[in-house]
Amino acid sequence: MDRECNVLEGMPAPRSRHFVDALDLSPEEYQQLFTLAEEIMADPAAFSSSCSGKLMATLFYEPSTRTRLSFEAAMLRLGGRVITVADPRTSSVAKGETLADTIRTVGGYADLIVLRHPKEGAAVLAALYSPVPLINGGDGAHEHPTQTLTDLCTILTYKGRLEGLTVATCGDLKYGRTVHSLIKALARYPGTRFILISPEELRLPEQVKEEVLALREDVELCGTTRMEEGLAEADVLYMTRIQKERFFNEEDYLRLRDFYVLTPERLRLARDDLIVMHPLPRVTEIVPEVDGDKRAVYFQQARLGMFVRMALIARLLGVA
Amino acid sequence: MLKVDRIQVGIVLDHIRAGSALRIFEELGLAGREYPVALLMNVPSTKLGTKDIIKVSGALDLDLTKLALLDPGITVNYIEGGRVVRKVKPGLPERVVGLIRCKNPRCITSTESYAPSIFTLVDRKAKRYRCFYCGEHVTV
Repeated sequence: MDRECNVLEGMPAPRSRHFVDALDLSPEEYQQLFTLAEEIMADPAAFSSSCSGKLMATLFYEPSTRTRLSFEAAMLRLGGRVITVADPRTSSVAKGETLADTIRTVGGYADLIVLRHPKEGAAVLAALYSPVPLINGGDGAHEHPTQTLTDLCTILTYKGRLEGLTVATCGDLKYGRTVHSLIKALARYPGTRFILISPEELRLPEQVKEEVLALREDVELCGTTRMEEGLAEADVLYMTRIQKERFFNEEDYLRLRDFYVLTPERLRLARDDLIVMHPLPRVTEIVPEVDGDKRAVYFQQARLGMFVRMALIARLLGVA
Repeated sequence: MLKVDRIQVGIVLDHIRAGSALRIFEELGLAGREYPVALLMNVPSTKLGTKDIIKVSGALDLDLTKLALLDPGITVNYIEGGRVVRKVKPGLPERVVGLIRCKNPRCITSTESYAPSIFTLVDRKAKRYRCFYCGEHVTV
């Protein structure tokens, strides 16, 4: 989690630990957070004052409901308090303040900053200037590391391990940042095999593949356009939303949106111990009839996200 | 033809693409140095037709990490006792600060202009660098 802060002469020396990239944490550090999250879940009352007297600032430069609420709920459940900017149009940003200045100012008020920003790499830049720990709450299509933390925590909770799993990812593998981070983070565990299910137009970018193979040479990446092919073998099915904002024409979006829809009929092809995950919000890619299936864990996944964010906050603030 | 005396100790940057010596002079920060520097432009060359040359007298410790990016054809000659003691073809630097611009329009550096551009080498053979902020790859 130690970011390389002193990249240039005159830049601040690293004073805080940040979490801006899913790979900022080693697998061992992930495990420590999962263990802490488990302890919190088992006895929430024991941690309800852990962050008493601490203040978290959530700076959201683009709209987000669930991520912001998840962070805020996490801090409040730890006994801390929250200040927030949910609409940058009403803040100093509208007056042209730089991100660096905002971060340094807010860092003087709060003990921890959560930043969501539409520009890619915003959290990396912010971390260079932040005097307090900074968490990336999503920077454009680049990174969303606490979603990765959530995803791995969910897999560990339901599968009991992170090694030797066959993970099918389905949908928009080109623009989906959660999938990129998930694949990179999971590739560090031995024996991981990925089945990449996507239409030709939305395949996993070569650059991401290269980065994954650089992490672990023997990781298996199998691409297919047929959902049925991946379903039968998978331990985990990770569904993603086809994002409308990525398309220039409505026709392409509508065609691809309905390319992969998970239905009870399709789910019959899958193993009994499969888990179905989704970073949410979903649109049409999982029909509501699937929600009742015991293998559908996406709402529990969102709940686990709050606990693992509690663990992250507590760890970054040095209170647990 | 112009004659510039040979230097006793220093560095000679040879085979610079004709016309690009001024930029290299600026990028290496030679203007701010106290030692003698000769900048020769459009010198006849059997290999290149014409070339530029920079001679820096009295300095052996210049930071030449950017050279390969500015002009991959350059030869660096280290001079001691009036003789060339080492010839080097500069390689690509592991990290480049302030020379490459990120082409990704969604990169934070496109709006926060004070952010120093930082790139790290990911593939020496393909001459590919990665943006420190957004991860975008660029080929130089």
